[in-house]
Amino acid sequence: MPQRLRRAAVALAAAAALAAPLASAQQVTVVTSFPKELTDAYRKAFESRNPGVKLEILNKNTVAGVAYVRELAPGSRPDVFWASAPDAFEVLAKDGLLEKYDPGVPGIPAKIGNYPVNDPEGYYRGQALAGYGIMWNTRYLKANRLPEPREWADLAKPVYFGHVATSSPSRSGTTHLTVETILQGEGWEKGWSQLLRIAGNSAAITERSFGVPEGVSNGQYGIGLVIDFFGLAAKANGFPVEFVYPSVTAIVPANIGLIAGAKSPELGKRFIAFTLSEEGQLVLLDPKVSRLPVLPKTYEHAPKGFPNPYAGTIKPKVNFDANLSEERYYLVSSLFDQTITFRHKELVAAARAINDAAAKLAAKPNPQGERLLAEARAAAYTPVVDEAKAKDKGFLAMFRATKKDAQTAKRVTALEEHWSTEAKQNYARAVELASQAAATVK
Amino acid sequence: MSGRVSSAQAAVAGAIALFLAAFLVVPVLAVVWIAFADADGGLTLAHFGAFFGVSLLRESFWNSLYVAAASVVLASAIAVPVAYFTARFRLRGALLVQTLGVLPLVMPPFVGAVAMQLIFGRNGSVNLLLGDALGVTVPFMEGLNGVIFVEALHYFPFILLNLSAALANIDAAMEESAQNLGAHGFRLFRRVVFPLAMPGYVAGASLVFVKVFDDLGTPLVLNVTNMLAPQAYLRITSLGIEDPLGYVISVIMVGFSMLAMWLAARALRGRDYATVQRGGAAGERRRLTRAQAVLAYGWIGFVLALVLAPHLGILLLSFSKVWSYTVVPEQFTTANYATVLANSSGMIVNTLLYAGLAAGVDVVLGTAIAYLVLRTRLPGRQLLDLAATAALAIPGVVLGIGYLRLFRGVEVPWLGGPLAASWIILPIAYSVRRLPYAVRACTAALQQLHVSLEEAAESLGASRRRTLQRVVVPLMAGGILAGFVTSFITASVELSATLLLAASESLAPMSYGIYLYMQSIAGRGPGAALGVIAVAIVAAGTYASHRFMAGRSAALEGRA
Repeated sequence: MPQRLRRAAVALAAAAALAAPLASAQQVTVVTSFPKELTDAYRKAFESRNPGVKLEILNKNTVAGVAYVRELAPGSRPDVFWASAPDAFEVLAKDGLLEKYDPGVPGIPAKIGNYPVNDPEGYYRGQALAGYGIMWNTRYLKANRLPEPREWADLAKPVYFGHVATSSPSRSGTTHLTVETILQGEGWEKGWSQLLRIAGNSAAITERSFGVPEGVSNGQYGIGLVIDFFGLAAKANGFPVEFVYPSVTAIVPANIGLIAGAKSPELGKRFIAFTLSEEGQLVLLDPKVSRLPVLPKTYEHAPKGFPNPYAGTIKPKVNFDANLSEERYYLVSSLFDQTITFRHKELVAAARAINDAAAKLAAKPNPQGERLLAEARAAAYTPVVDEAKAKDKGFLAMFRATKKDAQTAKRVTALEEHWSTEAKQNYARAVELASQAAATVK
Repeated sequence: MSGRVSSAQAAVAGAIALFLAAFLVVPVLAVVWIAFADADGGLTLAHFGAFFGVSLLRESFWNSLYVAAASVVLASAIAVPVAYFTARFRLRGALLVQTLGVLPLVMPPFVGAVAMQLIFGRNGSVNLLLGDALGVTVPFMEGLNGVIFVEALHYFPFILLNLSAALANIDAAMEESAQNLGAHGFRLFRRVVFPLAMPGYVAGASLVFVKVFDDLGTPLVLNVTNMLAPQAYLRITSLGIEDPLGYVISVIMVGFSMLAMWLAARALRGRDYATVQRGGAAGERRRLTRAQAVLAYGWIGFVLALVLAPHLGILLLSFSKVWSYTVVPEQFTTANYATVLANSSGMIVNTLLYAGLAAGVDVVLGTAIAYLVLRTRLPGRQLLDLAATAALAIPGVVLGIGYLRLFRGVEVPWLGGPLAASWIILPIAYSVRRLPYAVRACTAALQQLHVSLEEAAESLGASRRRTLQRVVVPLMAGGILAGFVTSFITASVELSATLLLAASESLAPMSYGIYLYMQSIAGRGPGAALGVIAVAIVAAGTYASHRFMAGRSAALEGRA
């Protein structure tokens, strides 16, 4: 029996070896969260440019990618890390998992707006640009007789109730950047108020960031908050969608970096240099990819109507402050989840009640109703953490401390519990106040 | 015969224990100790206190419990009639129904959800049609009830498979006697058939309960976060893999799932389900009256329509260019299949290899564990069963991280790299994750096999090994096959551990490829095409094994 088993195992191993040819010595491994069309396009371009070199793609979402690199021993790690969220690169750099490398490509500006294209310390480099905006399904809007939105503030209007979709900052690096952009552009209190209104109008807080563009493309949702290339690619692929950059937007680079302790660092460098070269940048303009190149002269080859952040077709009002974003990363993510994601049902109920009361009062205004409605709005749309607290360094430090410490963990947990219950109470109170307001209309 | 403990038994048990320790217990402990550890490495229960202090988590716990229980009820309502009708009545296409009935398990997680959204979603085909015709829409896919709907449709095959196997094992003489004594119709089912098939039903129902209780994919895709599994996952992936509360939730889920399995086993204890004679196949299949036939075909037709809707959805999606806010796609193409075959054909081979290997390991271990538990007095044998079953409750993410931690430094010479980065880690992970299915199926099969058959063989002079080979294993074949099929098809669509452990695209299985494709607008078509290929391959395998079974029972019958 064991003999037979062993023979079977050897046969299977041989079959596997045939099925998956052994890795050649000339192989560059890239960890990325980017979609398959993009990586396939780059593989084709890179391999034809470098005969004998195989480009192996390890597709993982950013968080899993960081965990993967961290868990591997030096010398056996992949060569290149390639993803949107700058935070992930910050984490990798802090853990000593990135190596400085400058391919020295001429023509790439040092800054886009006020935001440095490359890591000031040189651990990672901007490889493409990304802005955040609003995407909608034209058929859905037509069928539901909805106007086209232009600004974040539009999405807070009652007319869009139940038609919007967004993801959560804790789930997706790109959503985090969007939320942070709104908070920086509008200020803490007003920004949260707007986010709460938009979330109240949302049909879903999706778990994956791709859930939003996917749902908008196939018509499950009408309007979504997305990163630009999702909207541009969907449109380029024939879906009935449109995309705009609102005035409160920011342009932030998507990054690429060399992993420290890589298996074949020289090939890794060659790949990074390729992605930043003219040829490599041109791949971004493929309609299936539709990303904004970081090399300005690439835009000469862009299709008509393709946005160009260097030529002023996007006018970002927000100068994104990455330090501020990183400082309050956990606070923003956790606050969003505790008061919006996990309390979405209650928030939607509050928004519905407020919208109903507002509609009734608009038909027959009365001062008492207006006052109650204002109170309801204040209850539902005020963040449970105020600006002063959000700036408190000691308060922020608590979230960044190691979670292994039972005492800190307990304090954070207690705080989250407090936010969660307070949000729930606020939304319930908003429903009550709004129905009182509605009752004043005879 | 169960008095002695032979050295062979002990050796087999030792080997199984070693496998489980290396690939289940130690990797999981390497991760979950965080739930019990303080910053300075000391032991603490403070994190558990924190869990119960959070109202969101208490709410999540009750939601998970409610969803799991309601899913069992709905899944039973779907599966029990289908199993009973097809096993006991003359029904055209019974084999086809049984094969199609297993299809939902084959649906790779992301494809299934995408397809369900397209068909049953807010503006899916059904709601668009309803909206046009009646001006109303039904929120099939919203909130906890949406989760129950999707889970029941996805997991009812567990009940169908196990119950069908159990029904086939009931001594036909029992039913014939009951009929002779005047029982028929619902009374016959309620008082005789169903109680005798109880081990199969409980095996299936407890699997459904535990799977739903632990399931992460469905709530996430439906954007329901107030349940335990999503809470654990969200904490671990957003607050970092060091966050203790995430692991506390995992530990609580593991504990509760094991409790549920234990309760199920306890419910069956002290009763004898074994019948000496074998085979419903030998019994006469009954005819249905006209009214019964209408009812039976009606229900089966309705169930199949529900079950096949998502499959129809991905089939349409795989041939579509653009599908947006319309009942069916407006432009069709075969380009998606061309893309998949050009870029991802290696993944198909990988899937067959990994899932086949894993299912093979599972039925060998499952048969051995069932035998050791039910037929020997080996001390600690229940522990093997418990450990194997516990795998059911281990989230794939936890197992994946455990493997990465433990095996990153383990060099295996002929793999040319660390174990954690080689292809073999995937079949190992699958076999551990799917082992509970095989153990349940094999145990149910052996429970129904009366020990007197083995005693007879031994008293006729057969050695224990020969008894096993010629009596026990052949008579368990139905259960073993059910175990193999369940393990194989669920392994071939496993995603959560795959995402962490797949070390490169060329070594990755189809589930990984589908997941990748499904992350972008232009990739949905090719992803669906790969999904269709996966479903077709697994369905063909399932059909073949049913055919094999049918042939076997015919052969057994001929011999008897």
